[in-house]
Amino acid sequence: MAAMAPGGASSSEIYKGHAKRLLLPTWLVIGVFLLVPVALMATYSVLTKEFRGGVIWEFSLAAYDQFFLDRGLFGDEPPRIEWTYLTIFWRSIWQAGLATLLCLLIGFPTAWFIATRDARMRTVWLLIVTVPYWVNLLIRTVSMKFLIRDEGPLNAVLLWSGLIDQPLGLINTNLAVQLGLFYSYLPFMVLPIYAAVERYDFALSEAAADLYAGRWTTLRLVILPVVRPGLIAGCILVFVPSLGAFLAPDLLGGAKSFMIGSLIEEQFKGAAGNWPFGAAAAMILMSIVMVVLLVYARAQTREATA
Amino acid sequence: MKKILVPSLIALAAASAAQAEGELKLYNWFEYMPQELLDKFTEETGITVTMDTYDSNEALLASLKAGRLGAYDLAVPGDYMVKILADEGMLDTFTPEELTNYGNIEEQWIDVPFDEGRKSSVPYQWGSTSFAVNREVFDGDIQTTGIIFEPPEALKGKINVLDTAGETLTLASLHLGIPQCSSDREQLKALNALVTEAKADWASFGSDVAKDVLVSGDAAAGMIWSGFAAKARGEGAPIEYAFPKEGVIVWMDNIALLKDAPNRDNALAFMDFMLEPENAAALTNFAQYSAGVGGVTEFLDPEVANSPESNPPEGTDTVFVEACPEEVQVLYDAIWTNLKK
Repeated sequence: MAAMAPGGASSSEIYKGHAKRLLLPTWLVIGVFLLVPVALMATYSVLTKEFRGGVIWEFSLAAYDQFFLDRGLFGDEPPRIEWTYLTIFWRSIWQAGLATLLCLLIGFPTAWFIATRDARMRTVWLLIVTVPYWVNLLIRTVSMKFLIRDEGPLNAVLLWSGLIDQPLGLINTNLAVQLGLFYSYLPFMVLPIYAAVERYDFALSEAAADLYAGRWTTLRLVILPVVRPGLIAGCILVFVPSLGAFLAPDLLGGAKSFMIGSLIEEQFKGAAGNWPFGAAAAMILMSIVMVVLLVYARAQTREATA
Repeated sequence: MKKILVPSLIALAAASAAQAEGELKLYNWFEYMPQELLDKFTEETGITVTMDTYDSNEALLASLKAGRLGAYDLAVPGDYMVKILADEGMLDTFTPEELTNYGNIEEQWIDVPFDEGRKSSVPYQWGSTSFAVNREVFDGDIQTTGIIFEPPEALKGKINVLDTAGETLTLASLHLGIPQCSSDREQLKALNALVTEAKADWASFGSDVAKDVLVSGDAAAGMIWSGFAAKARGEGAPIEYAFPKEGVIVWMDNIALLKDAPNRDNALAFMDFMLEPENAAALTNFAQYSAGVGGVTEFLDPEVANSPESNPPEGTDTVFVEACPEEVQVLYDAIWTNLKK
């Protein structure tokens, strides 16, 4: 309504009929950089492995068999469920889930705080939240390592202040990995929630108060349903990259246990050199992510039709 | 702005004139080549060198397999990886006559099992893999692999091991006194049990950080390559490199001529350059391993020539890492995955 083109037609009408052509670049990018590699991975996952990397072009389900079935170290026992890779996947999912929860607990109040400042301060706060992103993820993770190591400044300050009498021993623990993931992905949670809260009409809160809703009830029944798309988007943006993360586990966790990311890397870069298995693990990981996104999409549609 | 721009353009033009001699694509380990040496090569020959790096023999193989063969002229694989690359048909060959300095290679490094008669590769550096211990933390006997696999109380939870199955499982095999590439069930079960139990006492797995963790004190003992240990000591870590009685792993990295090298002549020129005693010595002074080239001694820094890391005591047992056949390798892979699950 507001944006009328000079001819009098609305902008959407001007572009009518060009939709396909305008979408072409997007489809090219998605096709070349997403669909083709995924198709390649899917294909590799059902081929026969070549010793020390590479594939032989013969159909084989050996990679999926290796993932799900345990036939003992020497391969001659009756098949049982293989827990090795499920354990690794579960560890990654658990870590990513926890990081998401932490980011949500800190990110929501932060986003709320920013969105309720006046316009000028909002820009400043948003800038502050995104500043760490000007620095490469690897550098940030290494810095975190320097910060929390036994000989690092965090322990030095705590020891000096007398709060602790020996170093915390944070480095090379799961807690350190959590800290790394949480720190790396927090802005991914804050920004979408901020966008949702910013659009929130505070008259709704007042209306709720007029109808004798307490603060908790207002949050639960009025605010959360309105900002929910932002919460869900934030959770996905944190969960998905955390799931495949390998920098934090390697640098902060001491690479003691495989995560999904490092397990896959090992198949392509390590001594195992088992490309079909690496591809299969990647496909299984992708399926998990797809399920998460589908659940999200369904939640969205239900909301739209409700 | 113009004042800066014009001279630099002239310099650039001059530089590209020097590039007329062409280029060389080198694929090397990280922190393994001093820039000055590359500059010197460019100065002498007019050939510009582009170097990419990798962090394990397996990463090199994976990259070449994934289509990088033909993009590089030379790589620097370790002993067993030279054999693997040759078996995979990824190496080109040359004749001794094609290299002016072929005669500089030390006698003992010519008929090596991984490249009989040196048809595809020349020595780069050789050294050993064992471990180093922070002597301020532990001052007992360190000449045993038990330091890593059955550590004394003072070192528990403060050990870093190399994040490569080959070296770590080979050292564990030395500890148990079992052969490499064993397919014996009892031996493999014992190996599996040993590393699984020892892991509880390890702080971290890391190869590229092997030196840093010892210098920073994050680890009080760590598996490490001899020259890397010498560097850590040079950077102030109070460590001693061990030559355990069970044996140490020795290895030799080699400059190998890759198949489909785009600049084969330049590659051979580089090999010749690196076989000059003065240049081989410069590399040793930087990397702190041994050269495998005759006549280097007079060019070596005394502290490098006499470093305890490069001079194992008489009677030290040494083994090369072996490349296992496929049906055995899968067992070792399974043990490694099981260790890190």
